[in-house]
Amino acid sequence: MDDFLLRAVVAGLGVALVTGPLGVFVVWRRMAYFGDTLAHSALLGIALGFLLGINLNLSVILLSILLALLLVGMNRNSHLSHDTQLGILAHSALSLGLVVMAFQTSVRVDLMAYLFGDILAVNATDLLWVWGGGFVVLTILMLIWRPLLSITVHEELAQVEGTPVVAVRIAFMLLIALVIAVSMKIVGVLLVTSMMIIPAAAARNLSRTPEQMALLAAVMGAIAVILGLAGSWQWDTPAGPSVVVAAALLFSVVRIVIPAR
Amino acid sequence: MSNQPETLIEAKAVSISHQGRAVLQDVDMAVRRGEIVTLIGPNGAGKTTLIRVMLGLIKADSGKVVRSAGLCIGYMPQNLSLSENMPLTVRRFLAMAGKNSKLSMQDVLQELAIEPLADYPMQRLSGGEHQRVLLARALLRQPDLLVLDEPVQGVDITGQAALYNLITRIRNRFNCGVLMISHDLHLVMANTDQVLCLNHHVCCSGHPDSVSQHPAYLELFGTAAQAELAIYTHHHDHTHDIHGNVESDHEGHGHG
Repeated sequence: MDDFLLRAVVAGLGVALVTGPLGVFVVWRRMAYFGDTLAHSALLGIALGFLLGINLNLSVILLSILLALLLVGMNRNSHLSHDTQLGILAHSALSLGLVVMAFQTSVRVDLMAYLFGDILAVNATDLLWVWGGGFVVLTILMLIWRPLLSITVHEELAQVEGTPVVAVRIAFMLLIALVIAVSMKIVGVLLVTSMMIIPAAAARNLSRTPEQMALLAAVMGAIAVILGLAGSWQWDTPAGPSVVVAAALLFSVVRIVIPAR
Repeated sequence: MSNQPETLIEAKAVSISHQGRAVLQDVDMAVRRGEIVTLIGPNGAGKTTLIRVMLGLIKADSGKVVRSAGLCIGYMPQNLSLSENMPLTVRRFLAMAGKNSKLSMQDVLQELAIEPLADYPMQRLSGGEHQRVLLARALLRQPDLLVLDEPVQGVDITGQAALYNLITRIRNRFNCGVLMISHDLHLVMANTDQVLCLNHHVCCSGHPDSVSQHPAYLELFGTAAQAELAIYTHHHDHTHDIHGNVESDHEGHGHG
C-alpha cells in the first residue's frame, strides 16, 4: 500500500471516530443545519487565515468558535426563526469566504480541496491535527456526556435538576466547531456534516442505548472510510465523496436489513 | 397560623410581561408541605409562565420567589419532544434523575405501576404511560415539592381520575407539596386543597368549595363548571384589554 493511501486511511479513521459519537447528538438535537452552517463558514476561516497569514487550522477553529457563540446569542435575541438565521449565516459566510479568497492574488488556493476535501494529500501535520484534535474532542465529550444527554432529552427538566444547561450547550457547540476545523481538510466543508449525520443514522436501528449508538456510529463511519477509500482507489473516484457515498450505502443497507424497533 | 406546615415556596408580587403584554400581574401564591395547590385558568392566562418563574427557569420582572432552604423540586414537564432517533428505555430515562439512596427505582416503578414498561423504548409509550413515567422521574428525586404542568395531558378520562388519585396518594406517602396546572375542573376539585384561579392576575383562590362559588370563578368558567361538568368552557374576560392588561379597578377584580 502506498504511503499516501495509508495516511488517508489513518486520517479518515481519525475523523470517523470523532464525528460518529458527536454526530449522534447532532441527530438527537436536530442540529444538522447548525453543523452545515459552521462547516460552510469554515471556508471564510480559511480565507481569513490566508489573509492574515496565520495557521489555517487555527483560523478555522477561531472563526467557528466565534460563529458558534454568535449563534447562541442570535438564537436568544432574534425574532427570526432558527433555520432562517442559520440559512443567512451559512450562505453569507460561504460566499464571503469565496469573495475574500478571490482578492488574494498572491496565493493560489485549491478551492475544490477545501470544498470536498483532499484526503489523499494529507501529511504528517494534518494527521497530528486530526488525531490530536479528535482526542481532545472525545475526552471533553466523555466528560460532559451525562449532562449533555440530560439536556438533549429535556432542557428545562435538566435545568430544574441542576444541570448547567447553558455551559453544556456552549461546550457542545465548541466541540462541533473543533471537529469541523480538524476534519475539513479530509472531507471538505460541504461534506463534513454528512460524516456526523449518516453514520449516526445508520447506527440507530442497531442500538438499544445512547452509548451503543455513539460507539456504533464511530464503527459505521470507520467502515465507510475504508470502503470509500477502497472504492476511490479501485475506480479512481474523488476520495471524500466516495467515503460519503459508502456511508449512505451502509445506511441504506442497515435500514433495509434491520427495521426500526 | 403557627401550626401551619412550613411554606415550601412562595411567590411575592410576581409580575412579568412579554413584548409589552402583561403575562402576570402582582401574583402572590404559596405552597406548603403536604398541600396540593392547583392552578386553573383559561389558555394564555399565564399558568405555565407562573410555574416557570417558580421553578427558576425564567426571571420575574418584579417581585420575587422565595424557596425554603435546600428545597428539592421534582418537575414533571408537559411533554418530551424526544427524537425518534434516540434509543432510550424507560429505565434509562428514569436513571437520569440521578442516584438516590433512600428511594429505589424498583419502588417507584411499583408505586406508579409501570414496572412492566421498564425496558420499553420511551417513544413507544401511550399517553397515560408517558405521564406516569414523567411523574416517576420527578418522584425519584424525593422532592419536597412536586411541580406538575398539566399532568393528565393526553390521558383518557378514566386514566385522568386514576392519575389524580395517584398524585394524592403520592402526596400522602411522601408528605410533599404539590403545585400543578390543570384544565379538568371537576377532577381537580376533588383532589386539591387549594385552587388558584389565574387570569394574568389571581382572580380568586382558596378551598375548592369556596372558589367554585366565587363570582370571578363563575365568570371565567361559566355555569358549566357550576354544574360540575368537566367540560372546559371559558369566556374571555371582558375586563382585559387587547394587551392583556386589566382595564378596570384591579382591587375589585372587575369580574362578575
